[in-house]
Amino acid sequence: MSTGEYVERDHALHPPSLTPGYRTSVLRAPRNALITPKPTLSEITGPVFRSDELGALDNDLILNFSKDGLPIGERIIVHGFVKDEFGNPVEGALVEVWQANAGGRYRHKKDTYLAPIDPNFGGCGRMLTDANGYYRFRTIKPGAYPWGNSRNAWRPAHIHVSILGRGWAQRLITQLYFEGDPLIEKCPIARTIPTVDQLRSLIAQEDPASNAPFDARAYRWDITLRGRRATFFENTDLPGAPR
Amino acid sequence: MSLPTDPYRPVPPLLPRAMVTRFPETPSQTGGPYVHIGLAPQQAGFDIFDNNFGNVLVTDETEGERIVLEGRVIDGTGTPVRDALLESWQANAHGRYAHPDDAQDKDLDPNFRGWGRTGGDFETGVFTIETIKPGAVTNPDGSVSAPHILLVIFARGINLGLHTRVYFEDEAELNAEDPVLKGIEWEVRRNTLIASRSERDGRTVYTIDIRLQDTPDGGAETVFFDI
Repeated sequence: MSTGEYVERDHALHPPSLTPGYRTSVLRAPRNALITPKPTLSEITGPVFRSDELGALDNDLILNFSKDGLPIGERIIVHGFVKDEFGNPVEGALVEVWQANAGGRYRHKKDTYLAPIDPNFGGCGRMLTDANGYYRFRTIKPGAYPWGNSRNAWRPAHIHVSILGRGWAQRLITQLYFEGDPLIEKCPIARTIPTVDQLRSLIAQEDPASNAPFDARAYRWDITLRGRRATFFENTDLPGAPR
Repeated sequence: MSLPTDPYRPVPPLLPRAMVTRFPETPSQTGGPYVHIGLAPQQAGFDIFDNNFGNVLVTDETEGERIVLEGRVIDGTGTPVRDALLESWQANAHGRYAHPDDAQDKDLDPNFRGWGRTGGDFETGVFTIETIKPGAVTNPDGSVSAPHILLVIFARGINLGLHTRVYFEDEAELNAEDPVLKGIEWEVRRNTLIASRSERDGRTVYTIDIRLQDTPDGGAETVFFDI
């Protein structure tokens, strides 16, 4: 595996910081250009997690906050692979997810939407990828909900996903949408993404072959993190090589 | 297929069969206002995991000088951002990262991972990270990084996590030689990365404000990096 610096991020694949259609970005978007630092050890390293730091139910949102029964809503499985830009699996990545319940309500002090809290649903989970970069969790399909971007703005059903890969440079937070949801293309947050192809990569695909029969429907969603170059440290000893 | 021989027929360049593949990185989306549910559920108001990640990076056994890194994230009106989530990454007291790709001949500290996360306070926006002051790091190219802590900031309205660094005001000599600080063309902007030191209630506190934009009180936008 390559152990050098991470290949420069292609910003054309990501939302720009200033996206006036998503109004909150206006006062929170830096006005200066990003600065590219010299590569240092700090960006190619990053935190390492052990499987015994996580609980057995941490990736089961159907059971991990169950108090006196099961949460209400459509039972689903979400699974896929975390790989880098060159197709290499990312092993040991910490994948953390959070979401609203089936009614579109978050279990959060600051959420005041009138849809009720589900007493048996927390709305967060986490897992580590295996040697193939594979992850899998079980949850309830989240509901759409209104938000304050404008008077009639609705978020499509989505799950927030945070990934800590092998190196700090791979750090990513994004959102997963669901195949067939007509709200996706209207959403100002989804529309911050600069190309249709890139937005499509956030839409989880129905995966009937992976359904749990008479139990839960499956969605497949793969994640691509940044990749890295091979190192040629030995070249620094060659005559004329930069030191 | 044979190659065209008619000299007047435009010949397309002969291309290799595609062998170079670079899959597009998954695009970023904002962490949103409820980022705490997933990354700091106790701050969101509930208890779900047995083991929570947080802002205390040290145990009694951790080596190094105890410090508190304290700051705020501030928007373009000068108002503290009260729904931000920050993560930090740093070397241990010897300047070694707890990671297999750090090949420096320095000691690991079994009681220090070097990673933390915290939400800004919902009322004041103030965040704190209880950690140790990291040592200087020797990079693969031989350059020496002054002691520093990496930060990444996520929040509603931030479409792609913002990466910055915190340096220490009492490390002027090493700061002057730091390859990243020196790489910032505008010397005035380097100051946005330097935390100021004070003593409070017997603790050493380094303070830094992270400005997402220039603020009306004359504050300068923090340097953010394309790492």
